Amino acid sequence: MGRSDGVDLMQPTDDEALFEFLLRMGDTTLLLGHRLSEWCGKAPILEEDIALANTALDLIGQTQMWLGLAAEVEGKGRSADDLAMLRDVWDFRSALLVEQPNGDYGQTIMRQFLFDMWHLAQLRGLTHSTNARVKAIAEKAVKEATYHAERSTDLVIRLGDGTAESRAKMQAALDLLHPYIGELFTPDAIDKTLADQGVAPDPSTLRPACDAILQSVLTQATLTLPDSRFAHQGGRTGARHSEHLGHLLTQMQWLQRAYPGAAW
Amino acid sequence: MVRPTTEQIWDWLDGVPDPEIPVISIVDLGIIRDIQWQGDALEVTLTPTYSGCPATSVIELSVSEALQNHGIDAPRLKRRIAPPWTTDWLSPKGRAKLEAYGIAPPNPAGGPARCPRCQSQNLARISQFGSTPCKALWRCNDCLEPFDYFKCH
Repeated sequence: MGRSDGVDLMQPTDDEALFEFLLRMGDTTLLLGHRLSEWCGKAPILEEDIALANTALDLIGQTQMWLGLAAEVEGKGRSADDLAMLRDVWDFRSALLVEQPNGDYGQTIMRQFLFDMWHLAQLRGLTHSTNARVKAIAEKAVKEATYHAERSTDLVIRLGDGTAESRAKMQAALDLLHPYIGELFTPDAIDKTLADQGVAPDPSTLRPACDAILQSVLTQATLTLPDSRFAHQGGRTGARHSEHLGHLLTQMQWLQRAYPGAAW
Repeated sequence: MVRPTTEQIWDWLDGVPDPEIPVISIVDLGIIRDIQWQGDALEVTLTPTYSGCPATSVIELSVSEALQNHGIDAPRLKRRIAPPWTTDWLSPKGRAKLEAYGIAPPNPAGGPARCPRCQSQNLARISQFGSTPCKALWRCNDCLEPFDYFKCH
């Protein structure tokens, strides 16, 4: 990251802050896109298999735009593919939520719903970005995220307010994943720099509206929000990823690791 | 050689089928946004439909091939993402062809206006995500046939 040569860690330059922000967006969509693709060919029913693959495609397409711009901003001749396939765990800036394994289908859908709720709010905020390139990517991605959120919201309600078994699985998924959403709304120095410049919303400002949606959807789904606001931290900053990330990368990156520069 | 007019080139590209829905052309789909001569180089601007649509690179290849077949050797293809592609850019001809092919064209109401086979308005949505990112899966409750609906975007 080029931060070891005496640069004050608390005061990133504009380009450094923008690069970090673009990695946070792109790494997060990349990993969720990869996670969803793990279901390809083995989802419970055909329509869900197709829906997950389509959502994965949208997210990986968005990743190409975020990481493509990150590579340009970095200016070291790396491409979006280089960033996705040739970095190791410590250079990733993905949210912990999307590193979590697929688990059962309820867990995959709950993770998707929690992500979509934040993603849609974030992208809507970014459509007002003062950075024209960021704004353009957000305007494209927000249309896709709207469909994703509609679907995951419907499914959380359907499965939560479903059979005793589906409800129990959704509640277990919520209890497991809830501690990972706080990170998405916790600003650090990078977020503050970008918010001051109007490039991206301060993540904490997205929380009240997301909490309201969360509460309303969970009530309809007859699920109970955990009391604790405890939040795991460290994915977006890269300080402490979950163990799952390394395992995921061994799958996602193996081809470029085994056959460097392979193309087709 | 005499430089072809941009009208002529629009016409040529209207002969390039969409790789996933070959009954409509890439011009019908509204993804060709601009065609311009920059000196001796032809510049074609495309706007992808969905961010991750795998058809985008195939389309770029088909555009280059079509132009090369007409003697334009090194067309410059530019991707433009803003303003984002919208189904409002589908041509009326493209919409009619979609429906004749059995794909209900996008409708501002958020669902198909009628069954593309029997015209019934008694319809049900099966899944918001269909065989490609741009389509949803619907079913007609009268003729009982499932069909694709081209989603508003």
